[in-house]
Amino acid sequence: MIERIRRADGTGELSPERPLVVVEKSGSKRWLAAVDAKARSAGLHVGMPAAKAQAIVQGLQVVEADPIADVAALERLTLWALTQYSPIVAMDAPDGIVMDTEGADHLQGGEELMLSGIVNRFRARGLTARVAIADSWGAAHALARASGRETVVAPCGETSRFVEKLPLSSLRLSPETVISLRTLGFRTIGELAATPRAPLALRFGPEIGRRLDQMYGRLPEPIDPIRPMDVVEVSRAFAEPIGAPETIAKYVSRLVGELCDALEKKALGVRRSDLIVHKVDNTMQAIRAGTAKPARDVAWLTKLFKDRIEKIEPGFGIEKLSLVAVIAEPLTETQKTSSLIEEEVVDITPLIDVIGNRGQRVYRVAPVASDVPERSVTRIAAAAEEVGASWTLHWPRPVRLLARPDPIEVIALLPDHPPVSITWRGKRRRVKRADGPERIFGEWWTRSSEFDAVRDYFVIEDDAGERFWIFRSGDGLDTATGSQKWFLHGIFA
Amino acid sequence: MTAAREWVISHLRERIASLESATVRKRGCLAFGVAEIDAALPGGGLAYGALHEFAGGGSGTVDGAAAALCVAGIAARTKGQILWCMTRPDLFFPALAQAGLNPDRVVFAEADREEDVLATMEEGLSFGGLGAVVGEVVRLPMTASRRLQLVAEKTGTMGLVVRRWRRQTEASDFGQPTASTTRWRVSVLPSEELPVPGVGRPRWLLELMRVKAGECAEFIVGACDATGRIHLFPGSRDREDQTRRWDGRTVA
Repeated sequence: MIERIRRADGTGELSPERPLVVVEKSGSKRWLAAVDAKARSAGLHVGMPAAKAQAIVQGLQVVEADPIADVAALERLTLWALTQYSPIVAMDAPDGIVMDTEGADHLQGGEELMLSGIVNRFRARGLTARVAIADSWGAAHALARASGRETVVAPCGETSRFVEKLPLSSLRLSPETVISLRTLGFRTIGELAATPRAPLALRFGPEIGRRLDQMYGRLPEPIDPIRPMDVVEVSRAFAEPIGAPETIAKYVSRLVGELCDALEKKALGVRRSDLIVHKVDNTMQAIRAGTAKPARDVAWLTKLFKDRIEKIEPGFGIEKLSLVAVIAEPLTETQKTSSLIEEEVVDITPLIDVIGNRGQRVYRVAPVASDVPERSVTRIAAAAEEVGASWTLHWPRPVRLLARPDPIEVIALLPDHPPVSITWRGKRRRVKRADGPERIFGEWWTRSSEFDAVRDYFVIEDDAGERFWIFRSGDGLDTATGSQKWFLHGIFA
Repeated sequence: MTAAREWVISHLRERIASLESATVRKRGCLAFGVAEIDAALPGGGLAYGALHEFAGGGSGTVDGAAAALCVAGIAARTKGQILWCMTRPDLFFPALAQAGLNPDRVVFAEADREEDVLATMEEGLSFGGLGAVVGEVVRLPMTASRRLQLVAEKTGTMGLVVRRWRRQTEASDFGQPTASTTRWRVSVLPSEELPVPGVGRPRWLLELMRVKAGECAEFIVGACDATGRIHLFPGSRDREDQTRRWDGRTVA
């Protein structure tokens, strides 16, 4: 909330040096609804009366709370998360977003990488995010808010170990209940979970038991996913639950057909679509498929989903299937040139999508204007436009380039003679022929640390005809240009 | 007598061809452009719609550099996009560009597991319309190679496998039978001698270890030039001078 206000403050009225609080009011009562880090260190906390806070801290900046704008901002964030991370995303009001990432994390490189990615993307926009992943909504909610770390991953089945030390306030109970429980001497969730239920239920009602069961995953807590207003969605409910893979496949292809019709009316093509499976036991499963270009081709989209129908666990049966076009982009029909005039170019985007949706890295490479070998190649999207450029080189380059140059031991005459022999990975090789040096200077215009750096590259060939690319770090005379050590960087064919 | 024999042979050829699937015959071949090598291959070149295996020799079994460059040269001479599947992304593309392969033509698919590479290759071969599908794999079991070969026959896309092992001792695996149409070993040889100090044109020992309906052969060739073509070197016994050696041997 604080950060939304700071970001919205374009005019610079609020100073970053002075503590900032947000004040909420009800009737004549005014209290702090949010405090920033500076205010917190000055001793202010959420729930404190506003007058008291102003008395404690001099020069306190006070902003009136605007709950409607907060909800709107959270909704925007949630919709963004829907397009980025997972098909099942909902607001966890007032300050969180909950996502079901099962089956979606591999697209981000795994759970750990996904979480740190989320934190970094928020930080890049000046927001602080706390992210946790756990077996249940309740556990993730508590871990994100109470663990004190930026990212937490609770592995499957270890929820109880992670949550037992957390305070009661993270259990999503009403504040009055939490205060009463504290009065009774309960401090942590573990203590509360170890207490017999009956007396608690008698005194506080069923709420505590329900929240505990939800946290430990004993009670399902389905996420009601958020949907943008103008999303294209088709769904089909079944009178009798279905479960056989052939039946699922049949209905998936029908849904894809309907979706494509709906998209055609709006002249849209889908970039990311989700198949959401509603099961009889009130749980959901989602399959997400992305395409590299806007697509409206029934066969292409059906293939993307059919590839992964085996991932669907029907359980007791599926009662509803819905297909949502989460990201849709304009797509207009283009006229194809006849194969009589020019040769037909095969569009391989469907193939790229099939491979990409299996979690493999699909890319092309493009040249970069850099003399440093490891920087002269960059990866670009597989479906990107043709670059048309290639490397302009006069010297041979090795087929395999080691990710990290391997140190070698060398007998060589300084400064510019090629080595007489090298020892690489414990094997000594006599150098029979050599070419070089090819001097490569550090790119001082991008990194000042490379101002003097020099590498002298040699192509060498040993007795057996194996050819290697080796370099000396430095020019062989001046220690400022490098360590004068030798490295093997590549292997020629 | 000879006429009768030729008639019998051609009759037999026709009968065998009718047993093979109809698609195989009309796909054609990609000639190396070197008469001696093409003569060793039935159809006069590397068949489209078939699987071809390439491995390195010596320490090339681990780095697979020569095999990869040889495959890149072949891929450069096909038409259409290339799908290159691997698990170890240590290919340095400028070298392949020097063998005539345009970076815009190659789509890389990097998988974490060997099986995924094979699955991706199969997907690429069955897609149709690609110039070639290249895969760098350690193990190529019989079943997997047969699947790849069949799917390649169906679409007419050329499948190229670069065998690359983790250790040199594991390379004995290359003796195991697979369903690929040809099997090659590319080993590096000392480069061509120059009258001045320096590394000359790289040379390879290209061994055709297995070919369906053909005989094994070996050649000493000069590595891929800027258009991906290889050149035949005369045997090491031949000691002609530099300029004469190139005359007439260069096949464009």
